[in-house]
Amino acid sequence: MGNFLVWVIWLVAAAGCLGTGVAVVSMTNPFYSALALIGNLASLAVLFLLLSAEFVAAAQILVYAGAVMVMFLFVVAYLGGQADAPWAGGPRLVRGAAVIAAAALLVEIVVVLGLAWGDSLTEPADVSSAFGSPAQIGEVFLTDHLLAFEITSIVLLVAAVGGVVLGTTREKDAA
Amino acid sequence: MDGPDVGWYLIVAAILFGIGALGVMLRRSPLIVLLSLEIMLNAANLTLIAFARQQGNLDGQIFALAVMAVAAAEVAIGLGLIVAMARRRVPLDVDQASALHG
Repeated sequence: MGNFLVWVIWLVAAAGCLGTGVAVVSMTNPFYSALALIGNLASLAVLFLLLSAEFVAAAQILVYAGAVMVMFLFVVAYLGGQADAPWAGGPRLVRGAAVIAAAALLVEIVVVLGLAWGDSLTEPADVSSAFGSPAQIGEVFLTDHLLAFEITSIVLLVAAVGGVVLGTTREKDAA
Repeated sequence: MDGPDVGWYLIVAAILFGIGALGVMLRRSPLIVLLSLEIMLNAANLTLIAFARQQGNLDGQIFALAVMAVAAAEVAIGLGLIVAMARRRVPLDVDQASALHG
């Protein structure tokens, strides 16, 4: 019974994830695209929870669906919703090539998965219920991955300074 | 593990990555190109977390958190560039922003 329920939740989350993904790339108005991406991120967070990544799911909702998307919506509102034709990217040849490239990538990944299916993909490791909890994540982050943690803080600092520099209005380009 | 095998998550991630790649290649509005990039990054995150569960190893989740931080930085810079483009009256169309074309 519990197994069936997990399958149902997985199917709903996966369908929501793919549906909102298609909506993001096919909407004409960037505002609706951004709203669809929030739905996409939320259903991805459900998939993360099913994979026992509780902390990452919480961070996904707080950082992505919260902070990043609010910033996005502010910029969309600042620029005004400029609709553009959904599939107007370049000449027909370029469009065809883009579709073929994406399809080739997809087929490649699925074939590789199919080849590996029987061996190791169907036997996941046994994990304790504390796997992916904030305490464990924090411990691993501050012991094994301390360098990555510090470098991430520098990356965020540089991005914040860069955002301020790009956003500053100078006299000559204030119109 | 209850529910679907890790492979099903990987297939969802692959399809999601394909959708995002199509968006990046086909759309012209830089805002929607950025949103499609986010989809691609999240597909990669889903793969990392699926394999972390598969191997019973937390390193994949740490990597996913680092990807999230880099994505936030990328959005801050990308949106700054888009606002700067709009302020200089450059048309918001990635096909026309070709001054650095090789």
